[in-house]
Amino acid sequence: MELHATRDVFKRIPIQFTINGKQLEAEVEPHKTLLDFIREDLLLTGTKRSCDVQVCGACTVLVNGLAVSSCTYLAFEARGKQVLTIEGLAENNKLHPIQQSFIDRGGFQCGFCTPGMIMAAKSLLDRVPDPSEEEIKLYMKGNLCRCTGYRSIVEAIQEAARKMRANKLGILAP
Amino acid sequence: MVPRLDSRAKVTGAAIYTGDIFLPDLLYGRILRSPLPHARVKSVNTTPALKLPGVRAVLCHRDLREFDAVVGTYINDRPVLAVDKVRFSGEPVAVVAAEREFIAEEALRLIEVEYEELATVSDLESAKSPQTPLVHEDLGSYRTRAARPVPGTNILHVAAFEVGEVDAAFSDPDVVVVEDEFRFPMIFHYSLEPHTSVARTDSDGVTIWTSTQSPFSVRDMLARIFRLPLNRVRVITPYVGGGFGSKSQTSSIEPLTVALAFKTGRPVKISYSVTEAMLTSRRLGMSCRIRTGAKRDGTLVGRECEMYLDNGAYAMIGPTIADKAANRVVGPYRFPNLKVRAHAVYTNTVPAGSFRAVGAPQAVWAGESQIDILAAKLGFDPLEFRRRNVLRKGEAPRPGMRPLDGDFRMMLDRAAEVIQWNQRPTNPNRAKGMAIAFSDPGAAPPSIALARFNCDGSLTILVGSAEIGQGAQTVLSQVAAGELGIPIEKVYVAPPDTLNGPFDPRTSSSRTTTVTGTAVQNAVRDVKNQLLSMASRVWRTDLDSLHWSEGNISDGARCVPASDVVRQVFGGEGGEVIGQGVVIPGAGIDVGGYRPLFYESGVGMVEIDVDPNTGAVKVLRYVGAADIGKAINLAQCHGQEEGAVMQGIGHTFFEEMRYEDGQLVNGTLADYRVPNFLDLPEAQETIFIENLDGPGPGGAKGMGEGGIIPVAAAVGNALARATGVRFRDLPLRPDRVWESRVVAEGKT
Repeated sequence: MELHATRDVFKRIPIQFTINGKQLEAEVEPHKTLLDFIREDLLLTGTKRSCDVQVCGACTVLVNGLAVSSCTYLAFEARGKQVLTIEGLAENNKLHPIQQSFIDRGGFQCGFCTPGMIMAAKSLLDRVPDPSEEEIKLYMKGNLCRCTGYRSIVEAIQEAARKMRANKLGILAP
Repeated sequence: MVPRLDSRAKVTGAAIYTGDIFLPDLLYGRILRSPLPHARVKSVNTTPALKLPGVRAVLCHRDLREFDAVVGTYINDRPVLAVDKVRFSGEPVAVVAAEREFIAEEALRLIEVEYEELATVSDLESAKSPQTPLVHEDLGSYRTRAARPVPGTNILHVAAFEVGEVDAAFSDPDVVVVEDEFRFPMIFHYSLEPHTSVARTDSDGVTIWTSTQSPFSVRDMLARIFRLPLNRVRVITPYVGGGFGSKSQTSSIEPLTVALAFKTGRPVKISYSVTEAMLTSRRLGMSCRIRTGAKRDGTLVGRECEMYLDNGAYAMIGPTIADKAANRVVGPYRFPNLKVRAHAVYTNTVPAGSFRAVGAPQAVWAGESQIDILAAKLGFDPLEFRRRNVLRKGEAPRPGMRPLDGDFRMMLDRAAEVIQWNQRPTNPNRAKGMAIAFSDPGAAPPSIALARFNCDGSLTILVGSAEIGQGAQTVLSQVAAGELGIPIEKVYVAPPDTLNGPFDPRTSSSRTTTVTGTAVQNAVRDVKNQLLSMASRVWRTDLDSLHWSEGNISDGARCVPASDVVRQVFGGEGGEVIGQGVVIPGAGIDVGGYRPLFYESGVGMVEIDVDPNTGAVKVLRYVGAADIGKAINLAQCHGQEEGAVMQGIGHTFFEEMRYEDGQLVNGTLADYRVPNFLDLPEAQETIFIENLDGPGPGGAKGMGEGGIIPVAAAVGNALARATGVRFRDLPLRPDRVWESRVVAEGKT
């Protein structure tokens, strides 16, 4: 068995995609996960690695607006797509309503699940602007938290939903 | 609500955890772990792995011979890399550093290890038996401290105490005694962030960034192992992605990262996977036989318990956990007679260590389940039975312990009122249950804090407390800001750095707010006193006529920011005032050395719904109560309670580490189920009692562990009332609930 172990043995795949609104061209190894590419190559370390088996959601990013476990999504599959990570959420240093709600409602403690949690919440609220509590719990089931016990996260998402609906209508949120 | 100071960093992804640190020339380390639970290591050949291109170092025990590479808190029983034996499947045997992580992974396959299998001690039953194979044959020759191992057995510690004469009390014909056996499984912490370390060596010494709860323990251990002075080992702790005790004791990751850095001359990162974290630490499993007796009028007369705790392959802090489990099986009741023996036992499984409220969930599962059993036998309502026997504030659970500093009667009554205990559900599938407990956290001095008042009026606080999610950074800032009356935005609590920050033993056992908080308070008071003295000197005014208010000093005539005084004293060249706060054993908050420093209370009442067709149990409502002294940050207190209760729900309904033939068979997060959003109780409340009677700043006690303790027993008690079936094992999985009901109904 031949052992392949040096830096540039794998034939890299050239890809083009958009990440956090910026066009990017890169060459990725075929087996490289989107998570590793984001963290190691782009040094965007906000997205976290945890369970490795697509259960915990800590690695959640949005690909074309859909929540994806980047630990089990190959980097080259992002070609031609729009990727959004936690770093791309705030605009001009102004926090997204979901981020602000997580702060106001204490929707985090250690914070390790938080980027994935917020991205999953965004994908929910972009699709379902007025979710019921049951819908929130069901949709967010793919994101685990060990610190908060989930209640404050549900409240954060509910508050964010209210603010986002109000923003859309151009009125101040209650 | 005071927003947490780490808010912006954590919601934007800017917060740095150890795994987010990348250094130039970084190498990646991976550990070769034993595939066998118990075996002699005949030989380790690392040469083939060294030949793999990209590999820069491969270490086995031989390469650590020049170091003191054995660790252990109470018993020095754990080699950093296995020497002559492996004692659990997953034990580190060798370690590789390579240019890429996948190269290191591939190199592991090339290391040749010859094992000779030994008979396995895989569970408590076999560990107890006299013919059992020994996990540590040389137990008698280990260095120990505050541990009572029994050489020639697998018992690493026995905790025992007696009050009165239990056997005599139980032989009274007027006394009704119940006897049961209970078991509690091994549980995994699952911190979202697995253990991670990055180490670098240079001419100054060693620098390591690591995801730990105990930076100074890591420093002291590394200094001893690598024979370095303490001031040449620097441990820095960035944000930690969850601990719960899993990062309190350290074992292999830090020494191995440093050893590789020494060997290669390059920085090295080791990142555990979650699967590896499951092979690193866990909660002790428990098996016990317990008796409780009471007179027919409902007065408790005694409790006797013989308990075994599955500590895994290495002692870690097993001795303390056995001590605590023994204390906590007693319950907050008047027991004139007690006899408790708790044994911590070695098995060939993952070593067990700290985990939120050590020993308590296990002990209380048994103790509080049995209170309900006895109450039912005597014809008492569970609430009434407890009210009759619960200790009053000021009574000690047993002689020698601090008198209870919480009002359990009040907590019982308030929680019962909220959950409407006296209204029994009409639906036959629903029932309410309760459990109450105290825990005696290990929170104790020492702690040291430094406060630096800068010439612009900002305040830097240096402590050794890690921010693991519990909100230490924010609460300590609140304490500091409160002492000076300045806005919290002016305070910065730095991440622990053993080079620049003062000694603090660990971040655990609910000690940070009380002990470290008091050190912070004292340090800031020192600053204030120095500033007032300085003003007195430069203004040539009597100290008595000076006034401090919100960062300003006034003498009636003028009111000047204290920072101006600093600049004046230092001749316009900046300057700062440094204060220190030192909390030592037997003084200050610890006068008399009474243990515990404070109690945590665990009061839980639950209403459940059992689906008769599937055995699935839903938590309709959970009401908890805790006597916390003062809530410095109320939102964070709620967050800690809710998180603790949810972890309790986890081990009540579905969490257990399953072993077969010494192998962990559910060692991934796909196989080990932790709570998710759908497990939220439909309604949940926590009642906080704040009597300002704790030893910490503002009368605070520690909190955060109490919430996990009563959950399982409260549910078990509710389930007994709903189904007529008494469960003595956990978790209460749907299939087990369903099967028991079917069997029970078949019997009647």
